[in-house]
Amino acid sequence: MRNPTPSQTEIRGKVHKTIAHDSAAKQVAGEATYIDDIAEPKDLLHIYVAQSTKAHAKILKLDVSAVRAAKGVAAVFTAEDVPGVNDASPIMGDDPVFATDLVEYVGQSIFAVAGETIELARKAAALAIIDYEELPAILTVDQAIAAESFVLPTRTLKRGLSSDALKAATHKSTGRFELGGQDHFYLEGHISLAYPKEDGDVYIHCSTQHPTEVQHNVAKFLDVPDHSVTVEVRRMGGGFGGKETQGAWFAAMAALTATTTGRPAKLRLDRDDDMVMTGKRHDFVIDFEAGYDKDGLISAVEFVFASRCGRSADLSAAINDRTLFHADNCYFLENITITSHRCKTHTVSNTAFRGFGGPQGMIAVERMMDTIAHDLGKDPLDIRKINLYGKTERNITPYHMTVEDNIAPEIIAQLEEQSNYAQRRTEIRKFNETSPYLKKGIALTPVKFGISFTTTFLNQAGALLHVYTDGSVMLNHGGTEMGQGLFIKVAQVVAEELQIDVERVKITATTTDKVPNTSATAASSGADMNGKAAQIAARTIKERLIEFAATHYSVAENTIEFLPNRVKIGKETIPFAELVSQAYMNRVSLSATGFYKTPKIHYDAENYSGRPFYYFAYGAAVSEAVIDTLTGENKISRVDIIHDTGKSLNPAIDLGQIEGGFIQGMGWLTTEELVFDQAGVLRTHAPSTYKIPTCSDRPEIFNMEIYDAGENSEDSIHKSKAVGEPPFMLAISTFSAITDAVSSTSNYTEFPDLDAPATPERVLRSIEKMKLAKNSARRVAAE
Amino acid sequence: MRNTVRFVHNGHIRELDAIDPTMTLLNFLRYEDALTGTKEGCAEGDCGACTVVLGDLTEHGIHYQAVNACIQFLPMLDGRELITVEDLKTEDGKLHPVQQALVNTNATQCGFCTPGFAMSLFAEMHGKNSSELSDINNVLAGNLCRCTGYGPIIEAAKSIADSAPADKFAARQSETIKLLQTLSKEESLSLQWSGRHYFAPKTTAELAALLTQHPDATILAGATDVGLWVTKQHRELETVIYVGQVEVLKEISIEDNQLVIGAGVTYTKAWDLLQEHFDDFGELVRRVASTQIRNSGTIGGNIANGSPIGDTPPALIALGANLTLTSKDGSRDILLEDFFIQYGRQDLKPGEFVEKVSIPLLKGDGIFKCYKISKRFDQDISALCGAFHLQLDGTKIKDIRICYGGMAGTPARAVKTEKALIGREWNLETVDAAMTVMGEDFTPLSDMRASQEYRMMTAQNLLKKFYAETSDPDAVTRLVGQGSLSYA
Repeated sequence: MRNPTPSQTEIRGKVHKTIAHDSAAKQVAGEATYIDDIAEPKDLLHIYVAQSTKAHAKILKLDVSAVRAAKGVAAVFTAEDVPGVNDASPIMGDDPVFATDLVEYVGQSIFAVAGETIELARKAAALAIIDYEELPAILTVDQAIAAESFVLPTRTLKRGLSSDALKAATHKSTGRFELGGQDHFYLEGHISLAYPKEDGDVYIHCSTQHPTEVQHNVAKFLDVPDHSVTVEVRRMGGGFGGKETQGAWFAAMAALTATTTGRPAKLRLDRDDDMVMTGKRHDFVIDFEAGYDKDGLISAVEFVFASRCGRSADLSAAINDRTLFHADNCYFLENITITSHRCKTHTVSNTAFRGFGGPQGMIAVERMMDTIAHDLGKDPLDIRKINLYGKTERNITPYHMTVEDNIAPEIIAQLEEQSNYAQRRTEIRKFNETSPYLKKGIALTPVKFGISFTTTFLNQAGALLHVYTDGSVMLNHGGTEMGQGLFIKVAQVVAEELQIDVERVKITATTTDKVPNTSATAASSGADMNGKAAQIAARTIKERLIEFAATHYSVAENTIEFLPNRVKIGKETIPFAELVSQAYMNRVSLSATGFYKTPKIHYDAENYSGRPFYYFAYGAAVSEAVIDTLTGENKISRVDIIHDTGKSLNPAIDLGQIEGGFIQGMGWLTTEELVFDQAGVLRTHAPSTYKIPTCSDRPEIFNMEIYDAGENSEDSIHKSKAVGEPPFMLAISTFSAITDAVSSTSNYTEFPDLDAPATPERVLRSIEKMKLAKNSARRVAAE
Repeated sequence: MRNTVRFVHNGHIRELDAIDPTMTLLNFLRYEDALTGTKEGCAEGDCGACTVVLGDLTEHGIHYQAVNACIQFLPMLDGRELITVEDLKTEDGKLHPVQQALVNTNATQCGFCTPGFAMSLFAEMHGKNSSELSDINNVLAGNLCRCTGYGPIIEAAKSIADSAPADKFAARQSETIKLLQTLSKEESLSLQWSGRHYFAPKTTAELAALLTQHPDATILAGATDVGLWVTKQHRELETVIYVGQVEVLKEISIEDNQLVIGAGVTYTKAWDLLQEHFDDFGELVRRVASTQIRNSGTIGGNIANGSPIGDTPPALIALGANLTLTSKDGSRDILLEDFFIQYGRQDLKPGEFVEKVSIPLLKGDGIFKCYKISKRFDQDISALCGAFHLQLDGTKIKDIRICYGGMAGTPARAVKTEKALIGREWNLETVDAAMTVMGEDFTPLSDMRASQEYRMMTAQNLLKKFYAETSDPDAVTRLVGQGSLSYA
């Protein structure tokens, strides 16, 4: 890019200002490079991964000799060919890259074929002889509970005496519902491209949210030091949590191929293999019981969460913990017992997905609010409001963290008024009286989402900043770009600190040899932590420049001021680039690292006690739904959102996260249905069968705004708040609105037995169940 | 016969020889031509990340259409103009208006779907270029975005709508037309590569002769199904006969009170006339897949592939459509419903091809409605599809034809249900009684799209819906499409 004229009045790309995503112009032109776009070297090998066709079986025999001998095959790798540790798990050591003597889900990798083309590799793989001895497979949560099949021990979070309080309560409600999983459906599937280097080293381009973990897993797998493996990711075509742990096996296979054959190797999963082989959002079965008074004020709650973790632990411990941490959402639940079963099933190992267990906890309590409201004949919003956390009392979470920054009441009040909630609710009831086939529903649900990794040590980040002698800057940090706008936000922070136009800051690919030992870009923490680390690096250089300028120009340090693209030194003002050049001539270091660790957080994992979160992000949404009572088809027709981003670093980027998160959440709860058959085969493994929202599913009326008064009460980066995950949970309002519409078909006498996602089939089934319930009630009355 | 594929790209004629005839256009672009702007997201024509634009010569100039490069075979390019995302910028590197609009509205996040959206919008800008939300939704239904929630993309579409494109493609249109005219005069294409054959006859006689020579050949029209045999089932097709260059098969007309649709007519081309004559059929076509698929896929293909869940056969059967099957020995006409014998088996003899389908126009008092039920409204495959064709005699049912897709191994009429209706009063009582008979007509299957119970219950309810809509024209019974509840 040619040098543009430096801005004199205000730098381009200041923080809190809207500026386009750094890659936008390249993306629209097809010029942004994704890994599969990198020019293929002439001797590139293509890897196909052969998978288990059984959900649970012993491998009695694996004979790949015909595969090895097949046309166009350069190498075949099985578990026996692994030089180091045959594992690519994040924590527990239970994710073999290649199955050894046991397969535990349909799609599990057994061996890899490296061929001259992917077609030849795939064809050759079919020549393998694999003899299985099938074992009984546990596929569902209910089966796992019955068989006491758990991937991790059951955990319980308890405060107060919920059983006593339940007994004492004048009113009680119970409920049970099933909550489906979700495929990430990032548009770019998993991919790794590995180049062999001298000394047995390997350089890997990997579409991952966690380059460090890929590096460490590959090194362990190859039995080489971490320093022999370098992992780079410039951008992903979407991540959403699906590339937090899942990329490591594929990188390991590509690295093994490259180091063994001496040829570069690419492993790109096609859509079907990606959906079959890699983990998804945990599906749950949830039971709850609530005790409350005549106004709906809750005194006791018991939740039982049972999640389908799949064949291995992956991140299921932290994910299910986060479910527990969000089962309160915005509400003070004094006496509470939450039980969390982490079920082992013979299905793909479920993994991180935007919200990381939080949405599943939050929807449980929102479903409970809807149930209580129905049982009392009240507006669910009244039940929600009466149970909100207080500001100075009733403000301790079940895990003993004080909620210090509660703005849920203000956001809810503002949204209720702006969306005209009360009037619309009345109008909807009138509409339903006169509309025989179509029925409407409405709901307002809030969000409070804890920000920080609950695994405390992960809350650290590093950055590397070089200033070149022309004053241009190279920025690097441990965060990865998956479309969320992290790179532009961090570049804005650096531009602001040095008061240079943002295009003077070169955004560079995340690479393990620039910033080491990084955490995953996850938990919505990317901008918070990498922004701070980059700011610290920029400050270090700025301080060196100030110190130098003070000496060089013989002025006091406090007379030096960074103006847009210039520096005022005493009475003189010189371009930033000139000061930099002078500093260089005077042997000042122009490169710095920055390191940040999130303050205040501490947490005792054994007792679920402490402050796992630095702060909370808030929001609220009102959704309006309409259903067809003859077919169960349904549509979200309107949504109103107010969401808290603190003082937004970049409002356009944040609005993109809010809308995108909401629609993705709506998909989870409406059209996106994962169907496994009785043999454990995923039947919905491509967009022809797995339906994420498309353009017309976006509610026709979509009112969205960033909470005006938002400002982080903690010392976050420029007082902003994390925004990646929280808006996802605004979509819980869609499910509550559909529930309200379904309830109308019984004239609100029944609470719908409705599971998620609310596909046409589930909605129709729920309507039919209510008819049966009413009929049986009538029969009882008649008798 | 000619053995090289010739097409227009970037203002020049390109010629390719020795190509694998079932190589997809996408793989050619990405891995042979190093044009990696066009992406693979699904390889089944569903996500639209691979969208490119093809230009065809028409009497009004060049007609630009978005298609899914991932399931188009490379030789299908023959005689057409190709435009990919890399081609849009001006010579001096400025973004095209559709690209600039997407930047202006912050419509990109991860950016992987973006080139596809740009191409869909580019084609629309050179087409209808509507600013109506419903039109924009239709244009973009075949482009999935997982990041943005679509709002900024819709905003971008609106910002460029209603303005004629002043781009290099408009500027050089007359030269492009000349190039395309040159190509149109070429003789028929016949490719051979590594034991594979590909023919693109230009006349039905040529087609019939080829089919006699190669009775096992795969007939290819829009490749929206056959393309997936290669990209998903990894099948190797030995002989492919492409019917897309047989001009006569692409004709659609009204003859003798019938709408006659040639087997090579795309959904897009048939849409207007189906809408005009059978109203609700237009709404059904709107919901068949996506713009990209409708631009390639043909109604003839939807029939010939014999799928039990094809969207158009139920409507065609309810309307009493006839099928013309042709071979070198001549033609025969059969009722479309007789074409579908059982799952995977159609009444198609070796050497025969589907030539056209003829739909009798509605009689003055005929009422026709159809309903597609799927998990998602747009760009989805039916769980079931119901079509109803009613003839009333006063308040009595003179005749009714009901046909469903997704309820049996083929599209099938609800014969017993029809019998329970014919001759009776058209009222709720009759409908309720007929609904209970439907269980005798069908035993549907359970699969990932819907359960047996849901299919049956909904099939019954659709009859009720049809009654509701015919008995009270003001009844609002639909969530989407024409006659739906209004939201804004």
